[in-house]
Amino acid sequence: MEDLKEKAAALRRMIIELSCQTRTSHLGSALSCADILLAAYNGGLRISPEEASHPERDRLVFSKGHCALALVCALSQRGFCTFEHLLEKFNRPGGLQEHPGFPYVPGVENASGSLGHGLPLGLGMAAAARIGQMNYRVCVVMGDGECNEGSVWEAAMLAPALGLNNLCVVVDFNRWQATGRSCEITRLEPLAEKWSAFGWRSVECDGHDPERLRDLLTAFGQEDRPTAIIAHTVKGKGVSFMEDDNNWHYRIPNAEEAQAALKELDR
Amino acid sequence: MRNAFAAELCGLAAHDERIALISSDIGNNLFNEFRERFPSRFMNCGIAEAAMTGIAAGMALCGLKPVTYTIASFNPGRCVEQIRLDICLHNLPVVIVGVGAGLSYASLGPTHHALEDIAWLRAIPGMTILCPADAVETRCALRAALAHDGPVYLRLGKKNEPAVHAGEPDFEIGRNIPLRGGEDACILAVGTVTPIALDAARLLEERSISCAVTGIHTVKPLDTDSLRSVFARYPVVMVMEEHGPVGGTWSAIAEWAAEQNVGTGRLLRCAAPDRFFFEGGGQNWARKRFGIDAEHAALRIADALRAVRP
Repeated sequence: MEDLKEKAAALRRMIIELSCQTRTSHLGSALSCADILLAAYNGGLRISPEEASHPERDRLVFSKGHCALALVCALSQRGFCTFEHLLEKFNRPGGLQEHPGFPYVPGVENASGSLGHGLPLGLGMAAAARIGQMNYRVCVVMGDGECNEGSVWEAAMLAPALGLNNLCVVVDFNRWQATGRSCEITRLEPLAEKWSAFGWRSVECDGHDPERLRDLLTAFGQEDRPTAIIAHTVKGKGVSFMEDDNNWHYRIPNAEEAQAALKELDR
Repeated sequence: MRNAFAAELCGLAAHDERIALISSDIGNNLFNEFRERFPSRFMNCGIAEAAMTGIAAGMALCGLKPVTYTIASFNPGRCVEQIRLDICLHNLPVVIVGVGAGLSYASLGPTHHALEDIAWLRAIPGMTILCPADAVETRCALRAALAHDGPVYLRLGKKNEPAVHAGEPDFEIGRNIPLRGGEDACILAVGTVTPIALDAARLLEERSISCAVTGIHTVKPLDTDSLRSVFARYPVVMVMEEHGPVGGTWSAIAEWAAEQNVGTGRLLRCAAPDRFFFEGGGQNWARKRFGIDAEHAALRIADALRAVRP
């Protein structure tokens, strides 16, 4: 298997090109969750384009729909569709909108764009596996700002009570939300301890270490509880002039900026 | 109604392993049988309507047919956006049950009144809205809802509603049920107020006015064939429902009539006004205060008839 680090750079290049060429925003957030998606689709979860509708496939519920750039590029890189298909779909009137609808790009399990929906959806999928006596697992990828939503904590309290160890949440903890620092706007920290206190097995990791993320995702499901992975990330990761700069929440790179960013990622 | 619902659900779940029930910390003892017979398919999600709705959608995305259940003021009141996005956007077969709808819980106060729920859900694309009139129709409606391939809101009363039907009617989503013939006027009755409409028709008969009653169990989609013939025939039509003036069944019918350019007579509304209601006294008291009673409805129809054909 190609080195995940190399794949991560390639994925970032795809994300930047897609953002620039299709004028799609939320680039900073997309770059922050890129390694999480890369790890999930490349060994972390049992998901493949060949078995995209297999009833026993693992489910990745993408809850931060504004980062669809990262989601569709990760799926494309994994072979669910070509990059040209994405360019065409996002550029053509009548094609795809920014936030995932349903159906969307092959491999996308749910619509998203309104925050706080993914964890209850994922919990329902995990419970359905129990009811149907199936072995698939469910991984919900969500943002740290998204933890503001009450529905997240409704589901967070319930999942351990139901013993849903086939459920995992990955929080893309990049410390920004749209208008400020996520730990200042609400009392978000201590975040890992919050999930532990709610009855989850919580693990903190470098959210830009795809191999570590892949190992964590491969392993979850063996414990008696659901798993929360607090992935410490940097918004705009991989591009020096975007890193930790929240202007890139909404900004779209012009051709020059995109070239400069791609050059950095070619190194 | 809720007992009929619980019993019917057990019967259906015995024959369909995809049926699951999620209750938001309500229905103490009501679901004992379901829980005992199908323990893996029962979930009490706690007092968490938003999560309940998302969970149901997640289950449906994985092939189940979930039913969500709590008081109508909370389901859909607490989870309209989850119903819109998690269930309707994905067009999933989830049955959303609001129990104690309208003024069923009148004495509990406005927090427990559901007089806007039809408006909220009618506005969402793909939604089907069923308002059964009695226990028998509740069973029929639940069966139809679970056979339907898409979202359904099932709007129930609570218990001991008077029977409208002696036996099971011919029930089909989107098809009104004529309950009583008549020559002069027609009441379109929605859900649990149907017995009041039938009483009003009897009172009018005593005054030599022949009033038809048609049951509307499906508010969305409307039975437009039935409505077209009602509007063609009767100069006075009354919609009776336990709902506010905005966005309910009366609204739906008035909107349809305006768009179709049908009806030249009066379209009366016998329903709740646009205000919160704080008076104790129970459901019948509340209905009377809002004019949802047989005497008042009959008077209004007689007056309207005099006005249209003096």
